[in-house]
Amino acid sequence: MYIYDDYDHAMVNERAEQYREQTDRFLAGELSAEEFQQLRLRNGLYIQRLAPMLRISVPYGMLSSTQLRKLAHIIRHYDKGYAHLSTRQNIQLNWPKLEEVPDILKELASVEMHAIQSSGSCIRNVTGDQYAGVAVDEIEDSRPWAELIRQWSTFHPEFNWLPRKFKIAVTGAREDRAAVQVHDIGVRMIERDSIVGFQILAGGGLGRTPVIGSVIKDFLEKRHLLTYIEAVLRVYNRYGRRDNKYKARIKILVRAMKPEVFAQKVEEEWQTIKDGPGTLNDTEINRAKSSFTRPDYLELTDESDEFDYRIQENLAFSTWVERNVKAHQQSGYTIVNLAIKKTGVAPGDLTDEQFDTIADLADKYSFGEVRVTHEQNVTLADVCRQDLFALWKELCAADLATPNLGLLTDMICCPGGDYCSLANAKSIPVAEAIQRKFDDLDYLHDLGDLDLNISGCMNACGHHHVGNIGILGVDKRGQEFFQVSIGGSSLSNTALAKILGPSFSQEAIPEIIQKLVNLYVEQREDGEQFVETYNRIGIQPFKDAVYPV
Amino acid sequence: MPTIIKDKTITESPFELVDAENVDIRANNVLLPLAFFLENSAVIKGRNDIGVWIDAGEDVEDIEAVVNQLPIIALNFPAFGDGRAYSSANILRRKFGYKGEIRAVGDVRRDQLEQMLSCGINAFDMAEGQDLEQSLSGLKHFSHNYQGTIDRPEPLFRHRK
Repeated sequence: MYIYDDYDHAMVNERAEQYREQTDRFLAGELSAEEFQQLRLRNGLYIQRLAPMLRISVPYGMLSSTQLRKLAHIIRHYDKGYAHLSTRQNIQLNWPKLEEVPDILKELASVEMHAIQSSGSCIRNVTGDQYAGVAVDEIEDSRPWAELIRQWSTFHPEFNWLPRKFKIAVTGAREDRAAVQVHDIGVRMIERDSIVGFQILAGGGLGRTPVIGSVIKDFLEKRHLLTYIEAVLRVYNRYGRRDNKYKARIKILVRAMKPEVFAQKVEEEWQTIKDGPGTLNDTEINRAKSSFTRPDYLELTDESDEFDYRIQENLAFSTWVERNVKAHQQSGYTIVNLAIKKTGVAPGDLTDEQFDTIADLADKYSFGEVRVTHEQNVTLADVCRQDLFALWKELCAADLATPNLGLLTDMICCPGGDYCSLANAKSIPVAEAIQRKFDDLDYLHDLGDLDLNISGCMNACGHHHVGNIGILGVDKRGQEFFQVSIGGSSLSNTALAKILGPSFSQEAIPEIIQKLVNLYVEQREDGEQFVETYNRIGIQPFKDAVYPV
Repeated sequence: MPTIIKDKTITESPFELVDAENVDIRANNVLLPLAFFLENSAVIKGRNDIGVWIDAGEDVEDIEAVVNQLPIIALNFPAFGDGRAYSSANILRRKFGYKGEIRAVGDVRRDQLEQMLSCGINAFDMAEGQDLEQSLSGLKHFSHNYQGTIDRPEPLFRHRK
């Protein structure tokens, strides 16, 4: 993974010092609350319902075991013993003390971490494919490019006060695991005439007005990546709306201008900086790539007697393998997913002990690295097939072997009204009620891949628009209600879910989900997934199932 | 005469901002609103004691033809969170090669100065209540910049060791 050099260390340390000085001025009354708010947001600190929340950046989801152990320490020492994996591959502390945040940042800086630009109207932490570098469907490892974007966007002086937040996602695979079509900028590596370059999308996003991004550059040569993104940001910074924060995202601008006009405007701006000093050279591209070389894989085949024996003998193990383990580029290796979706625990929450355990397991089985995913899970990307059983047993002991990856109970869920001051409704109890209702693993496996996403408000942190089933918390005369939508997808065939109809009380939700699923089971044809059945039969039968005439 | 920070020093400037209601073309050392400036460009031509101020929603492209005859251009920040003028400054310096004074006016606060400086703004008429002496410390750069900026045009990667 990317290792800081002296320059990177200097930047992060200087920001930590600057932030300490800003906090001191605020506490001394020299900085107004309004002003400090904007400064602390640019360093990931929100003031939430009950306490501050600190969002720690995890660029494109990569973490080392050293970083995990430091996070465990921070969670233990400065917080209440657990932290939350966010839907943008970040890690959130729920209970830090405002005056201790500078100390937390100093600790983070010591392991090459920070909270820079993890909130506020600026370029946010860049996200990516959790299987980058190991995916079998990969065109090219996207991480060097994500890292180049991270560096370019860090402290960009011109784009720190944008109309609204700005999110960039990168993928280098054929299947889109980074949801690039619902980002402000989506960067997709593609191959044309044997040359790999980028296709650039702009204007996608969820939130109040979900929009699928438009291709604004069909093929971009690699060296132009940063200058082209700069041109997009400049056009947005100048012309994005600032009069209404709900209409301030780039998606509104792209739509208002029309994608082709927006693309033209970007093209004109780009021509003035193209081939300038920001153009990437081979030295820099190679430097970025050298951080993401392949680990020292053993020479193995995919045959493993030990594995074959265990699969035959142990149903729980084979179930877990079937769901949570994915194919790897290197023979003899697999990708292991830890679904952080145990019933009774908020989706994506991990304790300090679990952080330590994951660090130990990463060291023992996966070259000391992990990735966190936008589905709020953890990936060990380089595990020998022959070690899977031993790893699984250790995961079971740590409550990290829930075999539900991609199933209905592997929900994406925002922290909701239990923590977040924006939320209209509590999302965690809904997730739990659904998990309790759907507690039969065989049944869940029979249902197959089914994304259920829950957001506590229309800001859509739980990505409900792109769930096969999406649940949105709404406020109805002071009461919490939940609107259900179906048919969304965040994969390559990205689609926005359609609202089923009037919203439901929290208590009714598990039964409603049951009715939707029953209809799917009744209607599905050979091997069809939920969303495929929906695409074939449309929304009406589902409406009829939940709103009897 | 406003006291401003210019080129990292506290100084007095003869140039004063006038708004659309109080504009007097005969006055010396004034910064005229863009619309008035454009309407009267024929009369103003050749005078070196007149500058222009451009609001956040206005296009710097409107003065492209005359930009390099101007001694000073002010960019207004209606609120410290409104970042449009950063791009205006970038375009003035990079695209138009403007070498004169670019002055930030409006809601100009200490914690944004470094970013303004990086985008080519070299003078700051601080917002009310901002201490000028203390504000000077806001001009301190980070020791490196990943991306190219106006005052440090080479991105880090071009000289990284």
